[in-house]
Amino acid sequence: MNPRSSDITPRALAEGRRDALRRMLSGTGALALGSLPSLGAAQALAPTPKPGKLAPLPAKSSAVPGALAMDKLTAYKDASGYNNFYEFGTDKSDPAANAHTLKTTPWTVDIEGLVKKPGRWALEDLLALSPMEERIYRLRCVEGWSMVIPWVGYSLAELIKRVEPLGSAKYVEFVTLADPKTMPFVGSRVLDWPYAEGLRMDEAMHPLTLLAFGMYGEILPNQNGAPLRLVVPWKYGFKSAKSIVKIRFSERQPATAWNKAAPQEYGFYSNVNPEVAHPRWSQATERRLGEDGVFGKKRKTLMFNGYEAQVGQLYAGMDLKKLY
Amino acid sequence: MFLASVHRAIGARFAKPCVFALALLPLAYWLTALFNDALGANPAEALLRGTGLWTLRMLCVLLLVSPLREAMGWTHLARMRRMLGLFVFFYALVHFCAYVWLDQSGQWDDILVDIPKRPFILVGLLALLLLLPLALTSFNAAIRWMGAARWRSLHRAVYGIALLAVLHFFWMRAGKRDFDQVALYAAFIGVLLVWRLRRRFSR
Repeated sequence: MNPRSSDITPRALAEGRRDALRRMLSGTGALALGSLPSLGAAQALAPTPKPGKLAPLPAKSSAVPGALAMDKLTAYKDASGYNNFYEFGTDKSDPAANAHTLKTTPWTVDIEGLVKKPGRWALEDLLALSPMEERIYRLRCVEGWSMVIPWVGYSLAELIKRVEPLGSAKYVEFVTLADPKTMPFVGSRVLDWPYAEGLRMDEAMHPLTLLAFGMYGEILPNQNGAPLRLVVPWKYGFKSAKSIVKIRFSERQPATAWNKAAPQEYGFYSNVNPEVAHPRWSQATERRLGEDGVFGKKRKTLMFNGYEAQVGQLYAGMDLKKLY
Repeated sequence: MFLASVHRAIGARFAKPCVFALALLPLAYWLTALFNDALGANPAEALLRGTGLWTLRMLCVLLLVSPLREAMGWTHLARMRRMLGLFVFFYALVHFCAYVWLDQSGQWDDILVDIPKRPFILVGLLALLLLLPLALTSFNAAIRWMGAARWRSLHRAVYGIALLAVLHFFWMRAGKRDFDQVALYAAFIGVLLVWRLRRRFSR
């Protein structure tokens, strides 16, 4: 039986309500309301338990609308053991096996191009630039699987505002480290190295676009893109560049790794879109790892990965079938 | 001396049940791993890939039988050929089931859309369909009914099946341009097929 459309709470409203609820339960809003939430609900929404593997990275729950998905979290062992990070091998288990060689300290990020304040940022300064927030995002891989991950970081916009882009800056490019000494598969012919990704300026400035330094309350494991990475939850996972060493502002749309490798399969935008199939497979459904059982049916993929209320207006009037 | 004792072992009564049990090990592993949640983050994908890889490996073992038999003089190996061939079919069938129910959730209308989108699926399906008549005529009476010559020429289809299997694997890996493993299997099967061609034309 389908509910009548009049019975459905508009998504924005529902999400705002959920965000408020989650914030309240996680402590930031509880005092203002002057009431304690029931114990059961509090436990269900308790702060993410830390896996205890890496250094903790404390954060408060994010207040950005849509930043706290209510989906069940993916197990840490799956999120840190099943990765696409081709610099460490193309098999999903390769990054976890090989990424221990990555040296994340010292680490710097170069800000280049059309900004008033270009320069080299040390990781410590980036960590201190803005308060850390926990955000629970759905992650949809272009291959047809998905996870739900509690990231720690802050909106990329915080950094962008600090470096003062010029009016001519229309795009932001993100460049991943490509060090053949520590990344054994840099040099393989799968992709052009270094791995580069890009966003339009308004996408980069969107509050949901996250500069992440941690996950599950701890610093990022190397295989997940330590020490800092991008997370753009409404785009396919490969748009979220890992282990970033350079952020460049430009007037022209930057060339991106997968677009260069197979332009007919991977567009610049690569927004999650169940209506636009990959040339070789449908994108209408996805398997939520750890939740949709081995023999279970896949779940329907949501437009913009369920972030349509927050980001849909960025693409108003665009033909998303052409600009995939 | 050593070769002769290996040959005796192949000819022994326990050899066939041993090979049968060995050939079932991958299946036993998947079942155990499945119930112990030991297939990683994406067990459906692990099963889909694993069953495909083991079909290819079984095919390699099968194609190795005749060259080994001739090169080593292990004539008893012929006893294993039918069983190994049926194991190729068995793993191909399990692989197909994994595709239908794990990858496509048993949605036949989705599968009909999927096949033209991914030609490598079609290639795999073709290989499976070609295996079917070989499996169906794998019993002794079939050879009598068909006549040995016709039966033999039908069963030469296995060489085409091997080429389709390699193409299927190659095409699947082409998405990530990851051809190291493909090259290994292609070379192995290539050598075994070239060996047969040379023998055929040197007579």
